Amino acid sequence: MLTKQAFQGKLTKTENLFIPFIVAGDPSPELTIEYALRLQEQGADILELGVPYSDPLADGPTIQRAAKRALNAGMSLRKAIQLVPELRKRGLEIPVVIFTYYNPVLRIGHEEFFDLLEENGVEGVLIPDLPYEESEEIRDLALQKEIEFISLVAPNSDKRVKQIAEHARGFLYCVSTLGVTGERNQMTAEALQFIEKVKEHSSVPVAVGFGISSYEHVQLVNEHADGVIIGSKIVRIIESSLDKIESGQTSDVLEEFSEEIRRLVKG
Amino acid sequence: MLQVFPDVKGRFGDFGGKYVPETLMGPLQELEEALDEAMEDQSFLDEYHYVLQEYAGRPTALTFADKMTEHLGGAKIYLKREDLNHTGAHKLNNAIGQALLAKRMGKKKIIAETGAGQHGVASATVAAKFGLECKVFMGEEDIRRQELNVFRMKLLGAEVISVSSGNGTLKDATNEAIRYWVANCEDHFYLIGSVVGPHPYPGMVRNFQRVIGDESKQQFSAVEHAVPDRIYACVGGGSNAMGMFYPFLEDDAELIGVEAAGKGVDTPEHAATLTKGTPGVIHGSLTYLMQDDNGQITEPYSISAGLDYPGIGPEHAHLFKTRRVRYESITDQEALDALKLLTEKEGIIPAIETAHALAQAFKEAQEMSSEETILINLSGRGDKDMATLMEHFQEEVDHAD
Repeated sequence: MLTKQAFQGKLTKTENLFIPFIVAGDPSPELTIEYALRLQEQGADILELGVPYSDPLADGPTIQRAAKRALNAGMSLRKAIQLVPELRKRGLEIPVVIFTYYNPVLRIGHEEFFDLLEENGVEGVLIPDLPYEESEEIRDLALQKEIEFISLVAPNSDKRVKQIAEHARGFLYCVSTLGVTGERNQMTAEALQFIEKVKEHSSVPVAVGFGISSYEHVQLVNEHADGVIIGSKIVRIIESSLDKIESGQTSDVLEEFSEEIRRLVKG
Repeated sequence: MLQVFPDVKGRFGDFGGKYVPETLMGPLQELEEALDEAMEDQSFLDEYHYVLQEYAGRPTALTFADKMTEHLGGAKIYLKREDLNHTGAHKLNNAIGQALLAKRMGKKKIIAETGAGQHGVASATVAAKFGLECKVFMGEEDIRRQELNVFRMKLLGAEVISVSSGNGTLKDATNEAIRYWVANCEDHFYLIGSVVGPHPYPGMVRNFQRVIGDESKQQFSAVEHAVPDRIYACVGGGSNAMGMFYPFLEDDAELIGVEAAGKGVDTPEHAATLTKGTPGVIHGSLTYLMQDDNGQITEPYSISAGLDYPGIGPEHAHLFKTRRVRYESITDQEALDALKLLTEKEGIIPAIETAHALAQAFKEAQEMSSEETILINLSGRGDKDMATLMEHFQEEVDHAD
């Protein structure tokens, strides 16, 4: 029932998916590559590579700060996409989803954006501020280029859930609670019910994001959904070691990072 | 006959729409349905107009600026006196409309963003009047330069939330208000202060501000038996301008929107979105905005907090592209000079925002004939700007003593 051709055949499993999010260029392109490789080692199935944006409406303070750091380091949509071949050279095999707000895409232009994604071997794209009603042209281009356009559903999507889920490609991003991205302490019963409802309509894996920050969350979500998306928690781990990186202890930092990710997804 | 905008997709020609996170699509749908229902309901419209009349003090006057006209020696200058509206600016018209809608939707808590603080004050005012709880998001830089309005909001019982992201101005306050709304949309109504944001906001705010143009048209016609040759309004997000222009779109009046050129449109420090910007998405709407080559929104600058915004309402973008409205820009210094001139000639101290419209109008008026007429939307009074004005004029005023 779940499509195996997703992400150009590169996504081989359809349950217990671990989909980490990091911001490209936070704190530097080189470290983004290192973090991505560590995430793959710890079992990441898809990498969500976030493009920093000046006005990230859907994001909470943690990812806002990361975006600021990455922008200060000179990251852009174009450079983030061009980081993907570098990641491949260094051994990244899992599919990459470029996560970007719409305005930088519009600035490059739809056609050129998809050419860039294709040339650089990007398998998916997620645009958080481009809802179903505004995304027709982008969805068509994505289909033509065989790049997965990832859709989102939220607890208040209501009647739109069915329509969005039926058109979903790659995986369906299920926003667990109302609000911006950020770590939360608990998963509510309503959130779990909502996940079940989404799964009824979806022909692609349903992955849950927004607020997942502990191994207990991961376990609980995996009982109901097909995977977890973890962003703010990982970005905060990166943020907490900035001082150590500055003082040259990068290899220690990367080892600790791997250990924290292992605890987060494997307990 | 002009096409009716916004269309069913929330578009004004190529602009507008709903570019928002999925979590906001539900609340926007709910708002749109409630708004459509309310605007069809005569009792809602009656209540809105009753409050405008009995509480806000409308209609506001249309003043013939005889001394100013004489001084410039050109076109006859009329002022639409939104500075006489309760709370001192046009902002209250919209705040009343949206507060009544919030009440009708059963939402007891409102949130608002503010730049100069005029919309924050208007929101805090209607919250007090209609028994709503009110949170106002305001950039920390604006809090500094609009201290008096911050105090007014607090006195009116609103909570003022300081926003430190970005430059700490209107753009950042709007981001934070939207984020808060995303998380709390079930029981909160987001009262946007300008013709910006995702559909249905731009059209709704225009419709709650068109009373400015509707009254002007009637008042002007009663004295001049015509429509003005030219109509001027300042434009940040663009609500006073849309409210003034909209009823005149099909008339034979030239419409001029005036943006803030800050320290000059050839410097990086300005807020002249249409003059210097490019199409893009900001705060949920496809419009013109100030951005860099990578599509990152850049920080605007203007001496006036109310015009210090890198975007503009999508209907303005449409009127710009179709050339129905001409857009000009005025520097800080030109605005200050016009402010002082109006104060001295007419005994009216306008807001610094408004002074941008005055400066452009004064430039053009002297080139026009005495047979021609112009109308300027005097969108707000300058009381809130006294600290800034003292910085600029203290010495000059003391010297004159």
